[in-house]
Amino acid sequence: MAKIADYRRPISGTQPNHLHPPYVSSIKRAPLKPLVQMPHTLTEITGPSFEREVVDSNACDLTRQHSGEPLGERIIVSGRVMDEDGRPVPHTLVEIWQANAAGRYLHKVDQHNAPLDPNFTGAGHTLTDAQGGYRFVTIRPGEYPWQNHYNAWRPAHIHFSLFGPAFATRLVTQMYFPGDPLLPYDPVYNCTADEKARRKLISLFDLESTIPEQALGYRFDIILSGREATPVEG
Amino acid sequence: MNLQATTSQTVGPYFSIGLTRRNKVDLASPGVSGERITIVGRVLDGDGNAVPDALIEIWQANSHGKYAHPEDDQKKPLEPGFDGYGRIPTDENGRFSFTTVKPGAVPGPNGKDQAPHIAVSVFARGLLRRLVTRIYFPDEPANTGDFVLNLVEPGRRGTLIPRKVLGQSETFEWNVILQGFEETVFFDCGM
Repeated sequence: MAKIADYRRPISGTQPNHLHPPYVSSIKRAPLKPLVQMPHTLTEITGPSFEREVVDSNACDLTRQHSGEPLGERIIVSGRVMDEDGRPVPHTLVEIWQANAAGRYLHKVDQHNAPLDPNFTGAGHTLTDAQGGYRFVTIRPGEYPWQNHYNAWRPAHIHFSLFGPAFATRLVTQMYFPGDPLLPYDPVYNCTADEKARRKLISLFDLESTIPEQALGYRFDIILSGREATPVEG
Repeated sequence: MNLQATTSQTVGPYFSIGLTRRNKVDLASPGVSGERITIVGRVLDGDGNAVPDALIEIWQANSHGKYAHPEDDQKKPLEPGFDGYGRIPTDENGRFSFTTVKPGAVPGPNGKDQAPHIAVSVFARGLLRRLVTRIYFPDEPANTGDFVLNLVEPGRRGTLIPRKVLGQSETFEWNVILQGFEETVFFDCGM
C-alpha cells in the first residue's frame, strides 16, 4: 500500500486545550497526561460515509417538523464546508441541534424556567451538496443561563457536527451570531488563544440568503482539516 | 488558499437532541462475517464519577481488515451491511455497550500490519475537543509489534486493551477514564 498523506495538524492556538478551567466542566473531565502523538494510518485517513443516506426533506427545515410553526424569528443558516485548501467537502453529513426561541432545550436535563415549544424539537440534519453547500431553515435560538459561574449565560448558538472524508476530519463545533453581547463573557466561545480563530465561529449576516418578508440569512462556512501533500513513493 | 480548520467546541449536555437519531450500538447485522464481540464499559471522570452525558463513536475495518472507504485500496472483500461506524451514548450510570465483529488487521505505517483495533472518539460535556483513543484486543500476538501501541509507554498500554469478561465469551470490558492515575491513553490525532 502506498505511503499515506496525513491530514494537517491544527496551528497552535486555533484549537482549544482540553483543560480550560474557566469552563468548569473541563476541570474533572480533561485528560491531564500528555496526549500520545501518532501519525495517521489507514485507520485515520478513512472514515464513515453517509453519502447514501436518504435525508428526509423536513430534516433541514426545523420549522416544519410539527403540525404548527415554532415561535421565534425564522432564520436561514447556510454556508459551505471546505477543507483548508478551500476545496468543497461534498456529500458529508451535517447535524445540528439548538435551544428554542426562549432558550430552552427539549431535553430532560434542561431545567431552565423558560417554556418548551410544542412545535420545535431543535434537531436537523442534511448532506452537503456537490459544492460543499448546506442550508437549514430554523428559528433563532435564545440565550440561556447555565451553572458555570455566577450569572453565567450562554450566547445564542447552534451546535454543528460534521464528519468530512476521514476519521481525522471529525469536527463538532458551535455557531454564534454577530453582535451577541454575551460573547466576551462565554468561556466556551473564548476557549482558544487565537482570537481570529474564535471569531470564525460567528456567523455573518447575509442579505443574499435572506428571503424578503420571510427570514434573515446567516452564513457560516466550516473548514475541516486539509491534507498534507501526498508523499512521493521513493 | 490557506484556511484554518474551524475551532472545535463542546457537544455540551444536550447533544442527544441532534445526535441520537444516528445512534448505532450493533454493527454486526446478520449475514456479516466475523467473530461477534460485545464491548461494555463506563466513562469516568477524574473523581471516578460516572459521565452520563458522553458519546462514543467507533470506526473500524471489517473482519477481513478492509475499511468501507475509497482510500482503502487493499484487495480484500467488503461486507455489504457493514460500514464500520458506530455511535454509542452512555447511560445515567456512565455505562455503554456495543456489539460488532472483531476487525481484521490493516496495514500500518512501518510496512507491517497493525494489530486488530477499533478507533474511538469520545465526546462529552466538558470536552472542548473530542478525545481519540483505540481499543485493541487481549491475547493478540500482533499487539507486540503494533506501531501505534508501541508509541505508548509500556505501563499505560493496558488502558487500550479490554479485559475478557469471565463467563461471557466474546464480551470485553473496557473503561474510558478521562483523568487521573489510570487515565486512558488518548492520542493526538490532529482535530
